[in-house]
Amino acid sequence: MAAPLVLVVLVAVTVRAVLYRSSLAAFISERVEVASPLNAWKRVVEGLALLDLGVSPYSGAIFHETPLIIYLFHFLIEYAELVFMITDVLTAVALYLAIQDFNKVVFKKQKLLIELDKYAPDVAELIRTPMEMHYIPLKVALFYLLNPYTVMSCVAKSTCAINNTVIAFFILATIKGSAFLSAVFLALATYQSLYPLTLFAPALLYLLQRQFIPIKLKSKSFWLYTMQYAALYLCSLVVIICLSFFLLNSWDFIPSVYGFILSVPDLTPNIGLFWYFFAEMFEHFSLFFVCVFQINVFFYTIPLAIKLKEHPVFFMFVQIAIISIFKSYPTVGDVALYMAFLPVWSHLYRFLRNIFILSCVLIVCSLLFPVLWHLWIYAGSANSNFYYAITLTFNIGQILLVSDYFYAFLRREYYLTHGLHLTRQDGTEAMLVLK
Amino acid sequence: MLAALLLPLLLAAGPGRAGAGRERRDALREELLLSPLPAGDVAATFQFRTRWDADLQRGAVSHYRLFPKALGRLVAALGVRELHLALTQGFWRTQAWGQPPLQAPAGAELWVWFQPTVTDVDKAWKELSNILSGIFCASLNFIDSTNTVTPTASFKPLGLANGTDHHLLRYAVLPREVVCTENLTPWKKLLPCGSKAGLAVLLKAERLFHSSYHSQAVHIRPVCRDASCLAVSWELRQTLTVVFDTFSSGQGKKDWSLFKMFSRTLTDACPLASQSKVYVDISPKNKEKELLEVTPPPVSVHEAIVQGDKRTYAVYDLLSPSLFNTSRSLNVQLKWKRPQDSSELPTPVLHAQRYVSGYGLQTGEISTLIYNTHPYRAFPVILLETVPWYLRLYVHTLTIVTKGKENKPSYIHYQPAQDRRRPHLLEMLIQLPANSVTKITIQFERALLKWTEYTPDPNHGFYVSSSVLSALVPSVIAMKDMDVEQSPLFTSLFPSSDGSSYFVRLYTEPLLVNLPTPDFSMPYNVICLTCTVVAVCYGSFYNLLTRTFHVEEPSRGGLAKRLANIIRKFRGVPPL
Repeated sequence: MAAPLVLVVLVAVTVRAVLYRSSLAAFISERVEVASPLNAWKRVVEGLALLDLGVSPYSGAIFHETPLIIYLFHFLIEYAELVFMITDVLTAVALYLAIQDFNKVVFKKQKLLIELDKYAPDVAELIRTPMEMHYIPLKVALFYLLNPYTVMSCVAKSTCAINNTVIAFFILATIKGSAFLSAVFLALATYQSLYPLTLFAPALLYLLQRQFIPIKLKSKSFWLYTMQYAALYLCSLVVIICLSFFLLNSWDFIPSVYGFILSVPDLTPNIGLFWYFFAEMFEHFSLFFVCVFQINVFFYTIPLAIKLKEHPVFFMFVQIAIISIFKSYPTVGDVALYMAFLPVWSHLYRFLRNIFILSCVLIVCSLLFPVLWHLWIYAGSANSNFYYAITLTFNIGQILLVSDYFYAFLRREYYLTHGLHLTRQDGTEAMLVLK
Repeated sequence: MLAALLLPLLLAAGPGRAGAGRERRDALREELLLSPLPAGDVAATFQFRTRWDADLQRGAVSHYRLFPKALGRLVAALGVRELHLALTQGFWRTQAWGQPPLQAPAGAELWVWFQPTVTDVDKAWKELSNILSGIFCASLNFIDSTNTVTPTASFKPLGLANGTDHHLLRYAVLPREVVCTENLTPWKKLLPCGSKAGLAVLLKAERLFHSSYHSQAVHIRPVCRDASCLAVSWELRQTLTVVFDTFSSGQGKKDWSLFKMFSRTLTDACPLASQSKVYVDISPKNKEKELLEVTPPPVSVHEAIVQGDKRTYAVYDLLSPSLFNTSRSLNVQLKWKRPQDSSELPTPVLHAQRYVSGYGLQTGEISTLIYNTHPYRAFPVILLETVPWYLRLYVHTLTIVTKGKENKPSYIHYQPAQDRRRPHLLEMLIQLPANSVTKITIQFERALLKWTEYTPDPNHGFYVSSSVLSALVPSVIAMKDMDVEQSPLFTSLFPSSDGSSYFVRLYTEPLLVNLPTPDFSMPYNVICLTCTVVAVCYGSFYNLLTRTFHVEEPSRGGLAKRLANIIRKFRGVPPL
């Protein structure tokens, strides 16, 4: 399996290298869908220039990257393009290895459940075989590396790629079962962009499952393990934040990075829902709605944990998708991360209801984003409502895509336990509804 | 008995004389300078200087005579060391009109040095701008932290100063401020004679605002009382510069007179003034022939070196009794003897231009061009730029190019902006080589503001205040050290340390920049639509999380279905 992966990596690197040298690189770097105030490359360069001038990069409102990025690019600024290509390759390789391991776990679990007779007798077509699962890791790596969103994100040198790499390593560490590394990478991911805090729950559930600890609130071993994992996570986070303090000898980065993410003062348009909402908000309600929108990101974690406690990796996928849709400054790089997981659930294809229309919506919206931006900002013949409308449609498309996969997943689980051919009491074919 | 009558007189005179020793002496000098400009326009600069030998900071001063009480109380109460306020309408075209005597940026400019005893400078600044807003009927109360900066090098104190901790300095410009009669009236009221006698009778609003450039300013500063500088006096200068141009005020003809410019003539001097003079610039432009003919013929001619150039002035002393002998009013008339030659247009040694380039509403670039036309001398210039926070400057894109090569500034002070709290401040010391053009460019990004932060006419654009260039320009002719008291007022505002250069402060054009606007009619719609999208997600997830799959049981149907079946049975159609 290594050879096809290497081939895919080579193709991806070639595509990126060609684009770096073309005139499209400047155009892509300027696009607001790809570069947001949090992760634009122009702002990283500006922050380093301010540091050279002797002014703290956090004294203004331009630079919102963590001190880790300053550390990293202070030495590597000459090789920035290489750094971003390497991060993309690392993400793809980490996802490949993670999904390979995950497939083994899925297959083992399926075998166990079949032997325990938990499945209904007529579900042979739903059982997954190693043959069909063989190419899934390669497809995941392919989906990530050759996704136009990822390519554009890399060519624009958006630091979202670095965030994706950290999350990919976190997923790899979790699936391999190493609690320590998982906690460290999760702390790093939270430190970079705050929202991966919600991935604590799926990681914990997966590690508990792997250790065969039952998830019961009264169980002592459950609480013991949870406390251990939480302590590892919090200690790593504290250590990383203290190391950041020593870079510039000030705590200025906390309001500049986390205060900025949470209070959303910069209303630069992006593909998310926040910017226009707060541009048109009455001043009186501004704080209330900021709180509501931020709570909305963290709010789905507990219900999803209760519903999906047997399937933590799917939980992780849904959680990453929710973060990408509802975070304060989303970019297409975040979207590319959860889209890389779609081949893992390719066996759900027969239960997806709206996949055709949703993919059309997403493709058309992606194409319309630059058109309507040009009409608003450059041609002056449209106004901000046009771009906002496409933002709304794109987000609805993403939301319905994720909920469609969720529906298909739950439906397959129902069929596995209750049988594929359902009959009503009078023997006729039955319909399945959510009630 | 005579002695008895004389004694009270002597007694009365005695304490009077002793009282005169205790009384603070104040003096008013007023002066009008008329300078013809190359294109046939004429500039008139009024200066009224009240000097008061009292220390406003110490000792409760309660008896105000010539010095206006409003300003005196302000200086004493808020611990002001120096105050400079200018309200300007129009722009001084340095390239066409030459170096200005005293320039001010378009709009309202206020810069103040506070005493070191002031503990909370920001609070004093806010109070000061509000009080001045009331005194001058100008919207100076809009000065807040988003348009105030603390320059470190450009604005040194012009009066006596003990130390220069620049944390005591505040500078703000309101580029959008308009100047009108409402601002002129309180300014005139501060003059000792008001607008009833002396040179101030010429200040009539209907003529003054019908001009290309109108600038009125107030400068308060402490000065040395005498050459030994053991005591401090306070000086209040009120200056008003107005440029009348040939076509709008002059009806196309280039002959000017006081009556034509101000629709008034001078009848007497202000009785409270110790000096009242009118100067007319009659410097010959190419050293052979005189350009200008002035009537009535001047009593005396004064030569001075002003801004590095030797100039000749015709002087009319309004206090001399011989002036009003022939006629009761003085109407100075200027006639050009020969037509203006375009080759005689003087190029000022230092001038600058600024403009915005770029297209679209996302990014742009501010370019400043600084010209040094001196043939062989290079000199440094300090450039101060204040850019509002919503134009996000990228200092890594700052490039300074002179004659095709990069020119690195020897001093840069950059303070980045904070959203909604303070503007960008960029101060640089740039060396200008002789006979060169320096181009300074910096790129910016335009921010989208909240809908309430736009002005009622958002598509007009947002103003960026003028940038300030301060330089010691080398002069062609060496200037002698002059006695500040004896020299005319128009040469003595800026202190000069040596005779080989003179201080110039220039302002560039203000800029007008468009920002992308949201749709202002949409707040409810946007809130509803965005909340709908969030609700779609919430609804789908709620359904999937709280409901489970069930096999659908056929229901007997609701009431509507049963009614429909009954009707169908009557019609003979199979039931639902």
